[in-house]
Amino acid sequence: MSKAVLMQGNEAAVEGAIAAGMRIFAGYPITPSTEIAEQSALRLPQVGGRFIQMEDEISSIAAVLGASVAGVKAMTATSGPGFSLMQENLGYGAMAEIPCVIVDVQRAGPSTGLPTSPAQGDYMQARWGTHGDHPVIALSPSSVLETFYLMVRAFNLSEKYRTPVIFLMDEIVGHMREGVELPNPSSLIINHRRPSFHDGANKQCYYVPEGQLVPAMKPFGRGERYNITGLAHDESGFPTNNTQVAGKLVSRLLAKVEEHTDDIVRVEEYAMDDAETAVVCFGGTTRAVMSAILEARAAGKKVGMFRPITVWPFPEQQLKARLPQLKNILMVEHNHGQMLLEVQRVTGGATPVSFLGKVDGTVITPAEILAKLQEMEV
Amino acid sequence: MPSDLIHLYMRIDHLPHIWCPGCGNGVIMRDVAVALDEIINDTDNDIDRDDIVIVSGIGCSSRAAGYLDFNSIHTTHGRAIAFATGIKMANPKLHVIVLTGDGDCSAIGGNHLIHAARRNLGLTVICFNNDIYGMTGGQYSPTTPTGDKATTAPYGNLDRPFDIALLAAGAGASFAARGDVFHARETTEIIKKAILHKGFSLVDVYSVCPTYYGRKNKKGDAVEMLKWQRDNLIPMSRFNVMTPEDMAGKKPIGILAENDFPEYTEEYAKLIERCRNKNRK
Repeated sequence: MSKAVLMQGNEAAVEGAIAAGMRIFAGYPITPSTEIAEQSALRLPQVGGRFIQMEDEISSIAAVLGASVAGVKAMTATSGPGFSLMQENLGYGAMAEIPCVIVDVQRAGPSTGLPTSPAQGDYMQARWGTHGDHPVIALSPSSVLETFYLMVRAFNLSEKYRTPVIFLMDEIVGHMREGVELPNPSSLIINHRRPSFHDGANKQCYYVPEGQLVPAMKPFGRGERYNITGLAHDESGFPTNNTQVAGKLVSRLLAKVEEHTDDIVRVEEYAMDDAETAVVCFGGTTRAVMSAILEARAAGKKVGMFRPITVWPFPEQQLKARLPQLKNILMVEHNHGQMLLEVQRVTGGATPVSFLGKVDGTVITPAEILAKLQEMEV
Repeated sequence: MPSDLIHLYMRIDHLPHIWCPGCGNGVIMRDVAVALDEIINDTDNDIDRDDIVIVSGIGCSSRAAGYLDFNSIHTTHGRAIAFATGIKMANPKLHVIVLTGDGDCSAIGGNHLIHAARRNLGLTVICFNNDIYGMTGGQYSPTTPTGDKATTAPYGNLDRPFDIALLAAGAGASFAARGDVFHARETTEIIKKAILHKGFSLVDVYSVCPTYYGRKNKKGDAVEMLKWQRDNLIPMSRFNVMTPEDMAGKKPIGILAENDFPEYTEEYAKLIERCRNKNRK
């Protein structure tokens, strides 16, 4: 039996990553993510891994991509300002199909903002921060224990789809301390990298067999020489100006995520069976929402919670399936209305959507959510 | 033999290269290939071809990674050294060689250059230094001499230039050297020593860009520019015995700094060992 330990979300992120096989961490200190770097520096050498403190966030993600190319699962962690700096290389990771995990422990922005205060203002940046059309998988945990398990999943998805996965935490979950009982690592399902090219005969490093979307990945230094570039490239990995090849490449990159939403998307629904009102939330906002729903239910109101765990791609089908029973929706998030835009897109005006958000660095309380529900005449 | 070298170490399908006629980059790429050939074939070194990874950034220089038949990764502008850092950290057995340019490694990537030098992580950086941004058509770079013209310095450059080899040495590089295109044989030897050096090594190789830098500054054609290198970049052994008057306006090529500092990944391996021993106790 494993025993319960008190830890904060940032520490659980590191433990989850190590359990998932992370053996390189490259990062730069930034509040409120710094404990992830500190814990990685402490823990990685104990398991034969390596930590390096880079000179900035740009080099941090670059080193992570380099480590992954060399065959080691790698992660970095940052907050809004650093996440902005990582965007160019995040796109490189998507284009060159390099698995890795990027943790963003969100804080109040814009700019330097309120470094120690909670926010969820990077939701859209996670989707559209880097230039060009690209696939994105982003996961958002709401508790310390979930941070651990979801981090394992983040690495697994990254390896499976050969794309960077954004782990979208926030100051609330990152600094929240809870008693957790971590599982025995051997009980976890870990997605190891497929260590060879497809089909033996075909040595093209980005060769994708018919009916598949993800090329196998071979680390550098294991016998077959190949080229990686951020330029549009063909299956051999070399640059091309052929517009057909370039178009096909970007379409395949997007399809890797778009055609696997069943596998990638996860939501948590609470008290949704008979709900007429859904409160949509994610990450650190969840606990206040849950508390408000319990009170509303006690008062006989048919309110439920719809929480995307996979925040990108947005759980479109799952929300659509609930629309027929819903009279209205309340979006609660620590920003000026970012996931709100996705909810509005999915409802398409058919269901009224109200909004409760904050951009002042304070926490949304259950009382504020209840007041908002009252205002909506729920 | 150059032709054998091409067959052995270049990706023939991807040649001819994109560089302009008279460009010095091809010579530097050849120097790197010759150095690697000699290193791989010397069994004393125990270096396998597959242990070599070529990393490049963005710019004319950085296309060399795609032409050389090794594990190669063409990364983002300025970040080659940072990618290389991750590769080396993940697998210290690999010999990681960064092919970069003056803009790539000392402007946008300057921060990574000085910090990699400071850490003494075992990378080798070969800078194809042509004093100009060639890929974008001739803007001034951190090594363009003061007063010279560029498309973004139509009235002459006000900036003072970096000396990249001295910059690296100043940042703590355990090996910093200067080479050039004219002295190809000497430069190849320097590159070889840099690759075999334990710790961070940098060779700033002066290239020539007759198309964008030479033409704009009336430096003559490629041959004229190479003659300038012949007369003004002097191998260290000769430079050291020159009179101060003869030295004026000239620069030495050769190894400028060479030290036996602890290499970063070796130190990290010791750290891992310490942690594990402590856990066992």
